[in-house]
Amino acid sequence: MLIKSIRASDAKPSEITPKSVYMDRRRFLQTAAAGAALASFANGPAGAAKIDGIKKWPGSLTSEKLTPLDSIASYNNFYEFGTDKSDPVRNARFFMPRPWTVAIGGEVAKPATVDLDALLKPHTPEERIYRMRCVEAWSMVIPWVGIPLADVLKRFEPTSKAKFVAFETLNDPKRMPGQAVPSLQWPYVEGLRIDEAMHPLTLLAVGIYDEDMPNQNGAPLRLVVPWKYGFKGIKSIVKISLVEKQPPTSWNIAAPNEYGFFSNVNPKVDHQRWSQAKERRSGEFLRRDTLMFNGYGDEVASMYTGLDLKANY
Amino acid sequence: MTTDQRIRFLVKPAVFVLCLGPLAWIIGRALTIGLGANPIEYSNRYLGDWALRFILIALAVTPGREILGWSWLARLRRMLGLFAFAYVVLHVLSYVGLDQFFDWWAIGGEILKRQYITVGMIAVTLLIPLAITSTNGMVRRMGGRAWQRLHRLAYVIGMLGCLHFYMMVKSDTREPIIYASILACLLGYRLIAAGRRRLARNRRNTPQPA
Ligand code: HEM
Repeated sequence: MLIKSIRASDAKPSEITPKSVYMDRRRFLQTAAAGAALASFANGPAGAAKIDGIKKWPGSLTSEKLTPLDSIASYNNFYEFGTDKSDPVRNARFFMPRPWTVAIGGEVAKPATVDLDALLKPHTPEERIYRMRCVEAWSMVIPWVGIPLADVLKRFEPTSKAKFVAFETLNDPKRMPGQAVPSLQWPYVEGLRIDEAMHPLTLLAVGIYDEDMPNQNGAPLRLVVPWKYGFKGIKSIVKISLVEKQPPTSWNIAAPNEYGFFSNVNPKVDHQRWSQAKERRSGEFLRRDTLMFNGYGDEVASMYTGLDLKANY
Repeated sequence: MTTDQRIRFLVKPAVFVLCLGPLAWIIGRALTIGLGANPIEYSNRYLGDWALRFILIALAVTPGREILGWSWLARLRRMLGLFAFAYVVLHVLSYVGLDQFFDWWAIGGEILKRQYITVGMIAVTLLIPLAITSTNGMVRRMGGRAWQRLHRLAYVIGMLGCLHFYMMVKSDTREPIIYASILACLLGYRLIAAGRRRLARNRRNTPQPA
């Protein structure tokens, strides 16, 4: 697009363009501005609220360019609000992420169903900039706001039988219109091994860019596991259960040969239908190489020593 | 104006401009508000959608003509077929030039390894002879019957297009199934019509008891 900055010495458009054409252009620009205002309304009727008291996490990725909020909040895989990437921003517009309760139970000493704000209260939100690698071979760099999952889970005192953590998304077709269609089995469920859940990189995210989580990105509470494909990051969580056996996971149920339980980012293990060796970073033209464990190998590889990553995709 | 002139000077140019509409729309969008967070995927998919739609539109000409009784529709068939070809070519160019950025090694690998791309590639290969034989000269040279037989490949291409789409989606198969159903109706109509004609012919040819 050609955008020219206007200097005072430049001819004004009115001097070189017949007045009627010039007026038409103004009307066009006004219409365009109204359109833009309408588009920003799409992020939610209430407007996003700033999150207070955010602490900067020292491990944040600073060497790669942040993906603009616009892109993060308009290109979403969130089948609860439609299967097209442009559906969630439209269909989640009026979703109300409050009041919200989360049930935490299973193999814990103190199971409870808690109001989300009470759940978050004892913790300081951190800004963590992570890479996000979708299984569809595109990626973004996102400044999440959240708290380590481990800090939350510890408060409920997992027992020695807690070997896995199972997560569940809200199941309410009236609020999530995409659930009227069996595009996946509802509710969406995900799971982690306990050591993955307790890993310091694993985040319960409540916001992006210092503001409340946009509805279309999984408001009010979602999981972020940066070394795994994006779909492991379950959205709009209502239930967290510590369990003894490996829990079922939605995409694995839908296509077991394409999506495994682990789903660690791995450039050497292709998806059935496309290569995972490279990815397209949002905003870039050429594909870049995908990194083992999405670049978090130093932190997480030790959890998988001795595990055949090809068989356990 | 005679009917012939009306078709030649009004209908055909109007349909031509309409067929350019989807292309103009995506170019316009790319130059103004942009194609979103993943513009290359957007253009691939958009052009793929229109490629398949134009294949179905071209295949709908004969049933449309017979059902509606608009014989002049037949005169749009070649143009619609060639637009289908053009959108397929643009879809493939978008894949080769934007998505893979002319990485021929990677493209070759994908054609062999990814079944939905193999299927797409077979469809494009089959389309090429149809495009080449679309001129009046070629119809004459081949003879009507041979030409018709060759151009029945359009149905196979349509089926491969739907299959390609079906194999590509992750879990929501509604859209490819809708396209496949439309194709099934078009093909069903043709088969029934052909069956009826054959029956009528046989009846005429069998000697009736005196
Ligand atoms: C007659 C031939 C073809 C037709 C009708 C066709 C049509 C389509 C359609 C309808 C889609 C799905 C679009 C959507 O999701 O909305 C698609 C996707 C796709 N097609 Fe084709 N296609 C053809 C040939 C090819 C060929 C030859 C290639 C590659 C060499 C190709 C590469 C792709 C790719 C990579 C996608 C997936 C895009 C993505 O996931 O972002 N297609 N095609």
